[in-house]
Amino acid sequence: MIVAGCDVGSLTAKAVIMNGSILGHAVIKAKSKPEESAAEVMDLALKNAGLKMEDISFCVGTGYGRNKIPFVNLAVSEIACHGKGAQWIMPSVRTVIDIGGQDCKAMRMDKDGNVLKFTTNDKCAAGTGRFLEVMAKLLGVSLDELGTISENAKDPLSLSSTCTVWVQAEVVHHLNSQKPVADIAAAINRAMAIRVAILANQIRAEKDICMSGGVAKNKGVVSQLEKDLGMKIKKLRYDPQIVGALGAAVIAGEKAKGGNKP
Amino acid sequence: MIVAGCDVGSLTAKAVIMRGDEILAARVMRAKSHPEESANEIMGQALERAGLVMEEISYCVGTGYGRASIPFARSVESEIACHGKGAQWQMPSVRMVIDIGGQDAKAIRLDDQANVIRYVYNDKCASGTGRFLEVMADALNIDLNNMGEVSLSSQNPISISNQCVIFAETEIVSLVNEGRDIADIINGLHHALAHRVAALAKGIELQDDIVMTGGVAKNKGMFAALEKALGKKIKDLDRDPQINGALGAAIFAAERLRH
Repeated sequence: MIVAGCDVGSLTAKAVIMNGSILGHAVIKAKSKPEESAAEVMDLALKNAGLKMEDISFCVGTGYGRNKIPFVNLAVSEIACHGKGAQWIMPSVRTVIDIGGQDCKAMRMDKDGNVLKFTTNDKCAAGTGRFLEVMAKLLGVSLDELGTISENAKDPLSLSSTCTVWVQAEVVHHLNSQKPVADIAAAINRAMAIRVAILANQIRAEKDICMSGGVAKNKGVVSQLEKDLGMKIKKLRYDPQIVGALGAAVIAGEKAKGGNKP
Repeated sequence: MIVAGCDVGSLTAKAVIMRGDEILAARVMRAKSHPEESANEIMGQALERAGLVMEEISYCVGTGYGRASIPFARSVESEIACHGKGAQWQMPSVRMVIDIGGQDAKAIRLDDQANVIRYVYNDKCASGTGRFLEVMADALNIDLNNMGEVSLSSQNPISISNQCVIFAETEIVSLVNEGRDIADIINGLHHALAHRVAALAKGIELQDDIVMTGGVAKNKGMFAALEKALGKKIKDLDRDPQINGALGAAIFAAERLRH
């Protein structure tokens, strides 16, 4: 039984095709309309799997644009999908921290993937991927570089503000004072980790903990967050950006089998 | 006896020179990168306007974010105290001052002697400060000083769903792309900021009479939006609302001399 999951977020769209194992997946930058993003990312994932849309027996949609995906049989919340996807990859996972382009979620689950507690920040850009995006642009580095250059920090700076707007001013001030970019990047990643740790503590994060979403690729944020939480963050063996779409596909697999868990 | 008040803020610097109850000069300028530079320049401008030299100033009080770096200030006062003092000197019936600056917003409650009874401020989140309008003016590619005027033609403010400056900026850009009316967007922005400042002020109980100070008070659209959000009339001050803090500092200077 071939099934699919499609996750249309604010900045990226992802699709995963499964048949017990992952047959194909794709990540693209989101288009202006969610339905366009969905069609394009699904096409790409199908191409990677060497399949056609007719081969898919059940598709679950998730993410910000989930109600606008024309080809889905069911729409499911991102929280449920991220939990499901992370636990499919690593059954010992109990806490998932998902940092997206404009929000951050933390969820705690039982061993069967039921969500026990979750919290979201989508009100304030600080603590979301958007914060890092704004700062990377200011430093003139890519998002990937922002994560790696902070490892070279000799004397990490600190930032006194939380608000993204005020931090921008602080970063400009540091740049004007000729502070090393690595030291500024370390401060930025640290500020990001502090915001995320607050959410994780709200749900009383438990082991094993893993991260999903694009920011999970930022080593600087991950290592700082490990320090703040006093726990190792387990690395997932798949691209952390596809965890939501993967969870959607896993749910699609369950539905296709008539609700029986594999 | 000639006294002065100098208010060095994050975005602007202001100076007021007084003799008795007479304001001899009041100047506002954009702040330089160093507070002492701003202080020297704005005081120089005010002295020139009054036709005076520094030696003729018997006492100067400094206030504002950069108050500790004003070389010629003999003492300093908090912005809160200065705004209360300045507003009540202008209008003795004032019991509440709402000051919206470029980097913060404050609400101050006063007794009939201009003593501060309670105050509350926000400098943590940019969305409740003048910076909110500045960022949006940039996104709309319109002069900050024209926002008030433009908003007056709007009948239906568009409700802005994001509070965060960063997210609201994206929202504004898509509203513009959808072809929504600029006046309605700006009106919506004024209501959004007014709503947040009113929530702050209500935290210390609204008192009559209320006045508004700071650069944002010059924006007529914002003035009307804040009245609506407060459910109360705001009294108009005769003088430039941006000089109120420096004016309060000058009055403190006169008091110091008398005692």
